[in-house]
Amino acid sequence: MIAQLTRTERNVAMTLAALLALLGLTMAAVGNHDPMAVHGFMALALGLVLVFAVGGVLEEPTPSPARLLQYYDDPIKVGIVLAMIWGVFAMAIGLWVAALMVWPDATFGQAWSSYGRLRPVHTTGVVFAFGGNALIATSFHVMQRTCRARLADQLSPWFVLIGYNLFCLWAVSGYFMGITQSKEYAEPEWYADIWLVIVWVAYLVLYLRTLKRRAEPHIYVANWYYLAFIVVVAMLHIVNAAALPVSWTGAKSYPAFSGVQDAMVQWWYGHNAVAFFMTSGFLGMLYYYLPVRAQRPIFSYRLSILSFWGITFFYLWVGSHHLHYTALPHWVQTLGMTFSVMLLVPSWASAGNALLTLNGAWHRVRDDATLRFMFVAAVFYGLSTFEGSFLAIRPVNALSHYTDWTVGHVHSGALGWLAMVTFGAFYSVIPQIWGRPAMYSPKLVEWHFWLALTGLLTYVFALWNAGITQGLMWRTYNDAGTLNYSFIDSMEAMRPYYIARVVGGSLFLAGICVGAVNIWLTVRGARNAAADRPLSPQPAE
Amino acid sequence: MALFKAHYNLEKNSIALVIGIILAASVGGIVEIAPLFTIDETVETLPDMRVYTPLELAGRNIYIREGCYACHSQMIRTLRDEVERYGPYSLAAESQYDHPMLWGSKRTGPDIARLGGKYSDDWHVAHLINPRAVVPTSIMPAYPWLATAPLAVDDLGAHLAALRTLGVPYTDEMIANAPRDAEAQANPDSAGAAGVTERYGEATTLRRFSGTPRLTEMDAVVAYLQVLGQLTQAPYAPDAMLEQP
Ligand code: HEC
Ligand code: HEM
Repeated sequence: MIAQLTRTERNVAMTLAALLALLGLTMAAVGNHDPMAVHGFMALALGLVLVFAVGGVLEEPTPSPARLLQYYDDPIKVGIVLAMIWGVFAMAIGLWVAALMVWPDATFGQAWSSYGRLRPVHTTGVVFAFGGNALIATSFHVMQRTCRARLADQLSPWFVLIGYNLFCLWAVSGYFMGITQSKEYAEPEWYADIWLVIVWVAYLVLYLRTLKRRAEPHIYVANWYYLAFIVVVAMLHIVNAAALPVSWTGAKSYPAFSGVQDAMVQWWYGHNAVAFFMTSGFLGMLYYYLPVRAQRPIFSYRLSILSFWGITFFYLWVGSHHLHYTALPHWVQTLGMTFSVMLLVPSWASAGNALLTLNGAWHRVRDDATLRFMFVAAVFYGLSTFEGSFLAIRPVNALSHYTDWTVGHVHSGALGWLAMVTFGAFYSVIPQIWGRPAMYSPKLVEWHFWLALTGLLTYVFALWNAGITQGLMWRTYNDAGTLNYSFIDSMEAMRPYYIARVVGGSLFLAGICVGAVNIWLTVRGARNAAADRPLSPQPAE
Repeated sequence: MALFKAHYNLEKNSIALVIGIILAASVGGIVEIAPLFTIDETVETLPDMRVYTPLELAGRNIYIREGCYACHSQMIRTLRDEVERYGPYSLAAESQYDHPMLWGSKRTGPDIARLGGKYSDDWHVAHLINPRAVVPTSIMPAYPWLATAPLAVDDLGAHLAALRTLGVPYTDEMIANAPRDAEAQANPDSAGAAGVTERYGEATTLRRFSGTPRLTEMDAVVAYLQVLGQLTQAPYAPDAMLEQP
């Protein structure tokens, strides 16, 4: 793989790896007695491994120019494998977290394994590590195929991929040690946040440079969504992560904003992490892999324009629906509610567009589990966005907020939409880029599908019931006009639902494990290149 | 239609597309967030609002480290049942010094915005060491290590200084004496105790929070839990103490 790099690229790679090792060494040296030092050692180790890996091939002959007649799929392969590893790990942690709510002492009595530390490991692990790697890998695939051009260079995809995974590793290992800013979906500390900005800029530049080489005059819809994902996540991250470190030699920092302003910035970020990380990017996936797999063009070009700009504009207004009835000024809550309801229109435009694309290919949905993954994803995308708009209505939110209904809603989106579309995309792309006729076992894909679907339904139904029960118990009055249930009553009432969630989670986890095995069996063995080619050969750099 | 025609051209230019995305995505945030920093009514002025003592701040940081916020909210909404269950609804001013805010989003455990004074220190210590010793069916995790881990106080001055840069009104005195004040607040018989009251006010609680002479993380966490909802008395007598700017 590394031998594919040109001489110049190898030299630059060497320099970057050495710089990373140096950065790690510095962090380890200045951060003595601080968990930041551990992160320094991680960067140092990674840097050294890369120095040796690249150093080993430095003098090998330069790769043949024939490679420029092919797509550059190596980073995609690595990204997919990383996504699957993170996925299995983070969902297993999710299952553990779920189990802790039934058996709270299942922690070995250790600090690192207590609920509050494992929970962000799960959320960051699934959303950023599993989801993020899936997005990066598929975006590299989609941008090349829709532009019919090879990636702009061979080094920056690796920089993005490795750099991003270092960020994930810092984040997740940090929570175990108690390093966190506590901001939901933005828990990593200041140095990891700065690192992510660097990686992200490289990602945007690579994307734009590759688009520039496209052999098609138009930029295909899927790329608009990936672009929105990259650009808006950068915006959100930079504002929300603003913080002042206590010292440059330690991990702890204090976020720049406080109280009500912090709450508003946090949920402006938080909800749009859902929108641009967990929705926009994955819509990019859907807009490419679903039509390809169904062998039908997207139903309506105009609908996709409407939906794209609707989502990009409306979403940024809705964060305040997380703060109904709080100390946030009333007018902001009202705006958030109104825009949340309007958001249903562009959301359903996308879901509808996807489902109508399948019209005429229903026999394929029936026979092909891969396409069925994407079909279910589109359905759950529609359901979750409907539920989201509903939950944003103030009186409904009065009942649902703070309860497990929210968690149920999150997972109907996370399992039903994000994970399902990812699996569908992976099963489409893997045989292609590894040069295989099909997945090793279509039967196992079926198994994965049904395990995932039953797991997802069990999970979501359990938590809908849990949340609504909880919300109702908290507000039930008895005849004497006092509250009828203590908090402990409501906590005890959750037990059967939490047990059901453990069951559902196990099924879903079993599904991804089956998927991982199947992928492994498909990709091992002889290396074949993808059969498709860029439209025109690119000049060597 | 002209609009779709325009889009047809937009799709051919990646930079224009990026600029369009930035423009479309900026409006919402600018309209909703920017005014919060300028409109006076966003945060009430409370005359008796005090800052966290170094010990309470250390406790708050442990609360963050352990992820207690994942199960406990600190934001009582303006709903009848919440006010009756937890106490007066939360005011914006109460979290004005909170970097970050810890309003939370999930109540696996109860809201604790008004927890201060509800239980004894002993109750908290026993509960944190093993919740099921106090509440048999509790699903809260046990935190036994808080009782043994010594509290790090050396760098508390730097913490206060960082917060002052961000706008929390800590004085030079407070910053200079931070480690001593942390020790003294959990040791009311010590020489430094008077300084704590002098700097943070008569209402500050000085006690051996963990019940043991050694300063542990338990002291900090319990001190923090006992001050929740007690930084100002305004919410308990709203109209009397709310100053309209
Ligand atoms: C898994 C979720 C969970 C986590 C994490 C958690 N708690 Fe709890 N907490 C609960 C539950 C459930 C209850 C109610 C049962 C009980 O009192 O033990 C509770 C009750 C409490 C109470 C009593 C509140 C009252 O008004 O009765 C306090 C105080 C408390 N927790 C503090 C903490 C602190 C401090 C931490 C972090 C070190 C923490 N909790 C972490 C779930 C959690
Ligand atoms: C094996 C499957 C899974 C299990 C068992 C599981 C379990 C859990 C549990 C127990 C929580 C904590 C809920 C709480 O605090 O009350 C949680 C939170 C969360 N999970 Fe999962 N999860 C799974 C898969 C996923 C996936 C695939 C995603 C996204 C791709 C995801 C995204 C999230 C998010 C965003 C939260 C935070 C929710 C909130 O703040 O309300 N989960 N999960």
